[in-house]
Amino acid sequence: MVPPALAALAAVVALLPLVPLLVWAFAGQWRYPALWPQRLSLRGVRQLVDPANRILPALALSVGIGVTVAVLACLLGFPAGRAVGLHRFRGRRAVQFLLLAPVLVPGLAVTLGLQVFAIRVGLADTVAGVVLVQLVPTVPYAATLLGAGFANVDREYEAQARALGARPWQVLSRVTVPLVWPALRAALLFTFLISWSDFILTLLIGGGQVQTLPLMLFAAVGSADSTVAAALALLVVAPPLVLVALNARVLTGGNGAAVGLGHW
Amino acid sequence: MSRPPGVRLPEGVRVAVLLAPALTVVAVFAVAGLGQALAQSLGYQPYLSGWRLSLDAYRALTADRAVVAAVGLTARVALLSTLLSAVAAIGLALLLRRLGRGRRWAALLVQANLAVPHLVGAVCMALLLAPSGLLSRLAHAAGLTAGPASFPELVGDRWGIGIVAEYVWKETPFLTVLALTALGRGADDLADAARVLGASAWQRLRRVTLPVVAPPVAAGSVLVLAFAIGSYEVPYLLGRPYPATLSVVAYQYATDPDLRQRPVAMAVAVVLSVAALLAAAGYLALVGRLARRAL
Repeated sequence: MVPPALAALAAVVALLPLVPLLVWAFAGQWRYPALWPQRLSLRGVRQLVDPANRILPALALSVGIGVTVAVLACLLGFPAGRAVGLHRFRGRRAVQFLLLAPVLVPGLAVTLGLQVFAIRVGLADTVAGVVLVQLVPTVPYAATLLGAGFANVDREYEAQARALGARPWQVLSRVTVPLVWPALRAALLFTFLISWSDFILTLLIGGGQVQTLPLMLFAAVGSADSTVAAALALLVVAPPLVLVALNARVLTGGNGAAVGLGHW
Repeated sequence: MSRPPGVRLPEGVRVAVLLAPALTVVAVFAVAGLGQALAQSLGYQPYLSGWRLSLDAYRALTADRAVVAAVGLTARVALLSTLLSAVAAIGLALLLRRLGRGRRWAALLVQANLAVPHLVGAVCMALLLAPSGLLSRLAHAAGLTAGPASFPELVGDRWGIGIVAEYVWKETPFLTVLALTALGRGADDLADAARVLGASAWQRLRRVTLPVVAPPVAAGSVLVLAFAIGSYEVPYLLGRPYPATLSVVAYQYATDPDLRQRPVAMAVAVVLSVAALLAAAGYLALVGRLARRAL
């Protein structure tokens, strides 16, 4: 059978780049041309938790910024998703294009322009400024994902709840949110991942003062200590892997087409 | 809350209210950011007194060999990455569909790859492809090379091979998901119908399967293309300072201590944005025409 052999080859190609990362993270010494380290060690892990390297504060900061951005992006994107998914109005396609534009236009270009405003209003080099600039790619993404979710919602459920005497916030919390929950969950997950993986927006607006994990990793890559860089890269990649694994069913559900719309 | 039932806002107003928060973010940030970049590229200098409107920055661009080289490299890397990812994704999707038990594992692998940040992907590629990386060690063990120096230059090379490798590795799974989703929607029934009608395997592929897969993969490819044009950290880590991609050149200019270089950085940013949007529009138009011809 050809397909299994080809599939095995594809799996090897898919996994191969992760192999040196895993091995380097636990390598004490790994000189060329050895295929396996001369010595294994936990030095990389120890460096991660060493307070002098300030990696754990960066981890906390990355989590904090990521959660804030995800919640804000979904709050702001939720009504827009409803408008695009449930309403037929003139200019709907234009709105959909506008929501796609921040995904198409390079974030580097937008942020270079925004730097001036950030400096002028005192948001440069601050966590608040980084959160705000990360809303640029995440809000349109959340709105688009939620729009796809709302498109499958039957508004009759809301009408019935209202007819039965539910207050507006009861309709929202008991009917609307449960109906779009798969899309909302995917939107929360992916906006968090976009924020978690962002490098250039954080660097430009945070000015190197807002030290998230990707900035630490970038600096570690330049330091030529492969063990520390690999250990740090593992720390950056582990939470997304766990989150995606925990939400695997959300991803394989109807949202498949929207997965990966935002690049992180 | 106290609005009497039955009295509701007109549809148009409701839609406008619903759209307001998200569109405000897009308008304020994206439009203001791009507008500011455009203004500064035309000579507007908020930090310096005595600025004047001019096209000097754009003239400086065309005269700068680094920028000219960057345009070529960026176009080559972005187009090659997109094309290779799209072809690999369609092949992979067709392959995965023919798998029996292995399909769930494959889906898991694809999702795991989607979760990897590009920055981590770049680190992986560096450790894999560098002169003393894993591939070079394997080549040495197989007796193909004498040492790191005789291993081909794959990272920091003139052609951006390492950059393309990272993009293709990261973007193929994304496009594969899109292709698989499209194939799941009744493509099997169509192919079966074609088989009953006497279509050969090649005819089924060309007339049934590819037309089903092409539109979503093309749409996804636009995103890949735009991303490959504008991404910074991957070409910085896997490329070289010269020739560098446009994004890296833009950052080099933007961080120049000489503030007079700022308009040039902004001009590169404007070129980058226009290129991404034009590439997206052109790609969609081209694919649309091809799809019509295929059908």
